[in-house]
Amino acid sequence: MNLHSPPPETKALDALTLAVIQAGLQQVCNEMDIAFSRSAFSPVIAEADDRADGIYDRDTGALISQGEFGLPVFVGTMQHSTGHIIRLIGEGRAGKPEPGDIYIVNDPYLGGTHLMDVRFAKPVFVDGQLFCWLQNTGHWPDIGGMVPGGFSAHATEVEQEGLRLPPVKLFKRGEMDAEIFAIISSNIRIADQRIGDIKAQAAALLVGETRLMDLVAKYGAATLDAAIAQIRARSAERMRAEIRAIPDGIYKAESFVDSDGVVNEPLRIALTVTKTGETMQFDFSESSPPCQGPMNSVFATTCSSVYLGVKHIFPDVPINSGAFEPLTILKPEGTFLDAQYPRPVSGCAAEVSQRIAEAVFLALVQAIPDKVTAAPAGTSGNFALGGFDPVKKAGYVMYQITGGGYGGNAGHDGLTNGCSTIGISKTAPVEVMEQYYPVLFRRFALREGSGGAGKARGGFGVHYEVELLRGEARASFVMDHGRFGPPGVLGGKDGAPNIVKIHRGAETTIPEHLSKDQGLRIRAGDRVEVMTPGGGGYGDPAKRDAADIARDVARGYYTAAEAEALWGRRG
Amino acid sequence: MRRVAGIDVGGTFTDLLLTEQDGTGVAVKLAKVPTSIANQAVGVVKAIEAAGASPADLDLIIHGTTATTNAVLERKVAKVGLITTEGFRDILELGRRTRPRAYGMTGTFEPLIERPCRREVAERMNAQGDVVTPLDEAAVKREAEALVAAGCEAVVIHFLHSYANAAHEIRAGEIVRSVWPNAYVTLGHELLSEYREYERGTTASVNAAVQPILDRYVQHLQGDLSAKGFRRDLLVMNGNGGTVPATLVAREAAKTVMSGPASGVMAAAATLSQSGLTNAITYDMGGTSTDVALIHGGVPEVSAELTIDYGLPIHLPMVDVRTVGAGGGSIASVNTAGMLQVGPHSAGSEPGPICYGRGGTRPTITDANLILGRLDPDRLTAVQSKVSLDDIRAIFEGDLATPLGMSVEEVAAAVIRLGNVHMSGAIRMVSLSRGYDPRDFVLFAFGGAGPLHAVALARELGIPEVLVPARPGLTNALGCLVADLRQDRVNTVNKPLDQVDMDEVKRLMTAQRDSALAVVEEEKAEIEETVVIHGADMQFRGQTHLIRVPLASPDVTREDIQAAFEKAYFHRFQVRLPEIRAVLVNLVTSVIGRRRAFPLSSLLASADRKASAAEAVMGERQVHADGRWWPAKVYARDALPIGASVTGPAVIQQIDATTVIEPGATATVDAIGNLRVKV
Repeated sequence: MNLHSPPPETKALDALTLAVIQAGLQQVCNEMDIAFSRSAFSPVIAEADDRADGIYDRDTGALISQGEFGLPVFVGTMQHSTGHIIRLIGEGRAGKPEPGDIYIVNDPYLGGTHLMDVRFAKPVFVDGQLFCWLQNTGHWPDIGGMVPGGFSAHATEVEQEGLRLPPVKLFKRGEMDAEIFAIISSNIRIADQRIGDIKAQAAALLVGETRLMDLVAKYGAATLDAAIAQIRARSAERMRAEIRAIPDGIYKAESFVDSDGVVNEPLRIALTVTKTGETMQFDFSESSPPCQGPMNSVFATTCSSVYLGVKHIFPDVPINSGAFEPLTILKPEGTFLDAQYPRPVSGCAAEVSQRIAEAVFLALVQAIPDKVTAAPAGTSGNFALGGFDPVKKAGYVMYQITGGGYGGNAGHDGLTNGCSTIGISKTAPVEVMEQYYPVLFRRFALREGSGGAGKARGGFGVHYEVELLRGEARASFVMDHGRFGPPGVLGGKDGAPNIVKIHRGAETTIPEHLSKDQGLRIRAGDRVEVMTPGGGGYGDPAKRDAADIARDVARGYYTAAEAEALWGRRG
Repeated sequence: MRRVAGIDVGGTFTDLLLTEQDGTGVAVKLAKVPTSIANQAVGVVKAIEAAGASPADLDLIIHGTTATTNAVLERKVAKVGLITTEGFRDILELGRRTRPRAYGMTGTFEPLIERPCRREVAERMNAQGDVVTPLDEAAVKREAEALVAAGCEAVVIHFLHSYANAAHEIRAGEIVRSVWPNAYVTLGHELLSEYREYERGTTASVNAAVQPILDRYVQHLQGDLSAKGFRRDLLVMNGNGGTVPATLVAREAAKTVMSGPASGVMAAAATLSQSGLTNAITYDMGGTSTDVALIHGGVPEVSAELTIDYGLPIHLPMVDVRTVGAGGGSIASVNTAGMLQVGPHSAGSEPGPICYGRGGTRPTITDANLILGRLDPDRLTAVQSKVSLDDIRAIFEGDLATPLGMSVEEVAAAVIRLGNVHMSGAIRMVSLSRGYDPRDFVLFAFGGAGPLHAVALARELGIPEVLVPARPGLTNALGCLVADLRQDRVNTVNKPLDQVDMDEVKRLMTAQRDSALAVVEEEKAEIEETVVIHGADMQFRGQTHLIRVPLASPDVTREDIQAAFEKAYFHRFQVRLPEIRAVLVNLVTSVIGRRRAFPLSSLLASADRKASAAEAVMGERQVHADGRWWPAKVYARDALPIGASVTGPAVIQQIDATTVIEPGATATVDAIGNLRVKV
């Protein structure tokens, strides 16, 4: 075995070459992730990392490798998206790929999430032959539609949610098509900054192509192809090994979205996991029918939510399509988890996805209680405030995102103020928000008492209160778990539900849909108060260590009376 | 005769380099003794004595310590109280909604200040620094007394927007000191006058939590040293790569956290400059982790966004050392998919690799080096009870070779190669992600295991040259001797450049320079030259990531700043954005007191050098490389003459490290005793 020259193409791949190529492909994707974030303009990408990058199969679009720094919710969506592009090219409905081309697409029904998640896809050629696809997704801060930012709580069809693009070539042979760009920029808000993001998103794919070509030069296309096939088979085997360790059986769980934002009734996600041997089947067919409001989930997002839930349980399994092979997700036709045109979908990536992952946790915690936590807060906590600042004489749209408590688990109490299940993005500092927007935070605190009781309690949510200082604004909310708190498991209690309150002088109102609303009028001096969910408790509260109860009381997490009520003891 | 000692206390060993300078030249002495865990001062005195010196003979001691780093990581810190803005006492506990790993909904976090000791008082500034709510002075007094009663030893005063107006923090500090005379009062804005309340508050809490620890340690050390007759100055290393007088170090104790890795990088920078080089990636591989940093244009990269542990960012300018969780103890395994895997688990130093004989039973990178003859089993330093090579081979056979269908040698080589692949990925992330091409750098290899892997790693990275310094195992101690005195200042401006008041820029930069100069010049006896570096952190409007741009002086014009920013941005991202406005976020000033150049050529005694490379040969052993066994000559590093060349395969051994020269590579001893390897 020679370590410094590539093995002959004919030789079976040895363990080392395989491992080295796997690490190399991963590295290509990681570098795309970093390049995209560091040069992007939108804080939602640059700071919140709401983006992902990957490599996809030239024939099927199947995921070959994906960046480790990408937003978890995109873990499985882009392979669907690439698959649709390939299909449309085959049907003559999208242009034939040529070197230097980059397609842009954000159609949710073509393997997407919501319209704000814009995908760029680049065909990569070796010796004139298509070798693979690179694709990335970036969350644009606006894509047109009835509300700034795109999260309309009341939309009833996708056209109200913004501009929808089928796969078209934004770059043709390396040159940006100014006409297509003009169409896009005249249909979105704050268009002047998008050119910076478009350049960043395209540049990330170029970085990926350059690094991938280094691998091609080193190992040859044929060896890489063989390695990719083997890596996929090995990942599938790795996932099967994890699944084998789960007891065979049928595990049922349900979770609820508060409402669709239009009709004030809960949406039910009913999941049946059938585990047999080394496969798992996920059946959502008993879930609620399609809804009028924007809480429908396209199938790609439904699948991706299952994948990310499973990946949270088995974090060491590498991400590629092989890892998903042993997982069968039945297409939940006729439910809100298989949205068809023109159902509105803006809430699917941020909120419904987290309820789907929660259902996966709640089903599998029954089978493998050591590996799965009680339900986490599971909401992105989106609060948007748009208005006009009379001092700066400029319009603004402020986004506040907050975390919540994680579920207790076999090892420890849940984490406090953890990030949403599908995200990795940080909350903006209060000091930054107050610099940019005419607001003053009156508090930003740990939400006492919110963690669900259990042997291991849930983590705590956040309690904040923000006042509008001048002018007028409109407030919108896309949150969840307002109707029911995150469920406890194995005897643990539920975490506290999400609460939104609007204080106008002495009057306090609560949004009709609890966690979702839009366009609420806010005047100077009015305050918005938000309490995010605590995590679910894990195990019988009676089994909690007395010292832990006493510590929690001493820290003021619970009053002595609350401890008495929840645990029957004060420590 | 002037005697100066650089002493670095690491996790395992305390290293010392002692220079003795008189009219005729410089002599260097060294010592390596086990670190005394309970009280590091004991090991320090032992190291001085091991070098055949006495504290009474020394004119200056420059000291690097891990006392504060360990205290934070192990949470063995002082009990600290917090007085903060009403409504915000939980900022330190909430963080900014994260989790430790992207996947896995688990994890825990304990802030350094426990909740009952976090107290609120009425007061509020807005983002412009105007008072919204006046300071409730009676409440400050009441809460300070409560914290004393609770047994707190240090206190942090941290108010929102204090970077914009510090009046309330300053006044609260006066009140606290009046009712509680206390050397350990940290005002949030003093360490870091930058927005972001969580990061600024956490930085302050780290400072307060280690202040009493560091103060006691330094006093202890000075006591032990003066009991042995030491009467002169003691300087302590900071994470910014500079040193501060021991009497002042506790005031900004947080700056000593992460000082160990920084001193290694400072040694590398000094070595490069004397070797006529300017760009290096430093590679310090130890048992459990590897530290990587980047030196460009002779200057180590500095970052103000390092994180010491999950949830504990320290936003102070420090040498940007990135730690990769892979080292000699990284464990190799075959995973459930039947693929070879190296890391992320590590055998650490306890139980350590199999060959240490401390109960380790899983194959590691160090063990693979032994199997392949790259390490000499008779010269391992950390061995408790000797394990035979056959036993190690048997474990590799059973755990790896048989399941993978490879020979033991093949699998050991694969373990090393895969470890290098992961390492090269991590190195690319710190170099390429900042717009640098690794091919423009040399790989500066040190630490116990760095030189062992450096040549192969450089090939993996496409780096053309490896530099192994004279004393790879004593680099941190050398860093103490070459480190400059250094003071950094940061102020937030955060305005579009075209709206910035340039008089204000001038005033801020001048004040930064003057306050930093005042501290540096307290030590002017040690300084040959004082350098002032100004810069700005900038971004395009709408962006959140910052780029550091050098500025010539406080008299800089708006146009100068715009031009410097555009140039730096293009270098990093290869994109020009004339349509978007530039924003000036922070002004930064560093004052560096440069010490006299250290005579690196004296690190290896010239008396030990033979006349030719052939005479430096200690023996020959079989080394496995490129898929086969080779007879490789083993050279004594100390005996190689200046200018000698050694062609691989070869092994160069010295007391503190082993360098492997891969087949096809050539090592040359340069004029000051470095090994320069063309890979």
